Amino acid sequence: MKDMPDDDNSTVDRRRFLQGSATGAIIAAATSTPAGAQTDHTHQVVPSDPALRVKALESLLIEKGLVDPAAIDALVDTYEHKVGPRNGARVVARAWTDPAYKQRLLDNGTAALAELGYTGEQGGDIRVVENTSEIHNVLVCTLCSCYPWPVLGLPPVWYKSAAYRSRTVIDPRGVLREFGTEIAEDVEVRVWDSTAEQRYLVLPERPTGTEQMSEEKLAALVTRDSMIGVKKVRA
Amino acid sequence: MNGVHDLGGMQGFGPVHPEVNEPVFHAPWEGRVIAIRRVLGAIGKVRPSGFRPTLEGLPPADYLSHSYYHNWLDGLVHQLLEAGVVTLEELAVGHPAKAGAPVVAMKPADAVTLPFRIPPALVKANVMRRFKPGDHVRARNLNPTGHTRLPRYVRGKAGVIAENRGVQALADTNAYGRAENARAVYAVRFTARELWGHDASSRDAVYVDLWEDYLEHA
Repeated sequence: MKDMPDDDNSTVDRRRFLQGSATGAIIAAATSTPAGAQTDHTHQVVPSDPALRVKALESLLIEKGLVDPAAIDALVDTYEHKVGPRNGARVVARAWTDPAYKQRLLDNGTAALAELGYTGEQGGDIRVVENTSEIHNVLVCTLCSCYPWPVLGLPPVWYKSAAYRSRTVIDPRGVLREFGTEIAEDVEVRVWDSTAEQRYLVLPERPTGTEQMSEEKLAALVTRDSMIGVKKVRA
Repeated sequence: MNGVHDLGGMQGFGPVHPEVNEPVFHAPWEGRVIAIRRVLGAIGKVRPSGFRPTLEGLPPADYLSHSYYHNWLDGLVHQLLEAGVVTLEELAVGHPAKAGAPVVAMKPADAVTLPFRIPPALVKANVMRRFKPGDHVRARNLNPTGHTRLPRYVRGKAGVIAENRGVQALADTNAYGRAENARAVYAVRFTARELWGHDASSRDAVYVDLWEDYLEHA
C-alpha cells in the first residue's frame, strides 16, 4: 500500500489519503457521503476517470469472488440487444391491428404485455396510456429515471437529463416543440410523472394511410420517442 | 430530502438535446456499472432500494455535472462501502484484504435472465384505501430530510384521485431497508393551472403517483 500515510494504520485519514493516491478517484467517490453528512469535497480536485475506476472496481470484485466477468459481459449484451424499443413497437402494432388486444392493453397493461412476453425489471406494473385526437400523453420521471425497460429498454440520455426532467411538467408543450411536435390548443396534454413503482407506456395514434399495412410493417413505423410521447408516428 | 434530484418545475437547464442513433451505452464502462450493480443486488450484496437515496445524496454540483452512469458509479461505490462489501483500503490497493474469499459470483446463464425477472414492485397485501377515484385531495406539505417520492412541485397543491395504483412499499422507509409499510398508491391529477398558475394551459394536467401518506382530503 505504497500511497498510504505511514503514520496511520488503524483509521484512514481520508483527506490525506486522497492526496497523491493513484486510485484516489475511487475513494473520492466514496467520500462524497449521501445526505450531505460530510463536507469533504476533496474529490472535486482529484482526477477521475470512470473507465479506470470501473476497471479497478471490477477486478477487485472478481478477486473477491463476487463478480464473474463473463456474467457481466452477458448482462451488458442483454441490455444492448435483448431489451429495447422494438419490443414496445410490436405491442403498439398489435394493439393497432387487434382491437381486443388493445382493450386488454389499456385495461391491464401489465397482463397484456406479459401475453407477448414483455415483463421484468422496471416493468412489474405498467400502465398504457392512449394518445387520441383529444389527449396527448407524455412520460417523464422528474425524480430520477424511471422508464419501462421491458418494452423500451434503457432510457436515452436526454430522458435522464435535467432539462427534460425539469421542464416537461411545467412546459410540456415547449418540450414537445423541441422534438418537432406541435400539439393543437384544443388537445389536452397529460404528463405522467413516474414517481412510484408504476411504469408507463404511450400507445401512439395510428397514422392515417396505414390501413392496409401488416402488423410487421406497422411495427417498423413505431419509434421509441412516440412511445414516450415526445413524437407522433409518421406513415 | 429537498435535493437537487427533485427537478420538476425548475428552469434554466436549456433545451433538450436528443442524440440521433444514440447507443445504449456510450462507453463500455457504462454497461459494466449497471451490470455489476444488478448482479450484486441479485446476490444480496447491495440493497436495490437503497440506491436512490444514495444518488440523491451525491454532492449537488456533481449530480448535475457528472454523466448519469458516472453518478451510478459513485453511488455503487458508496453502497459497497456502506455494506462493507469492500473497504477504502481495498479500493486503494485494488486487491482484497483477505485471500481465499468464497466464490458466490453469479454465472452468465443466470445473469442474462435478470432483466426478465419480475420485480417485487407490488406488495401482496390488502390495505384499506382512504381515497377513491374522484376524491378531491391535497398533497401534504412534507419536507423530510430522508428519501421521499413526493416531489416538491406538488406539495400543498390540490388534485383529484384519477386512478388507483397497486399496493406498494412506502418509499420513505423501504429505501432504508426498514419495514415495507405496504400502502395504497394513487395516480393524482393536478391541473397545470393549479401547479403553475394562470399562465399555464387551461387544458393540461400532470399525473403523479403518490403514496397515501402523502395525501389528505381537500
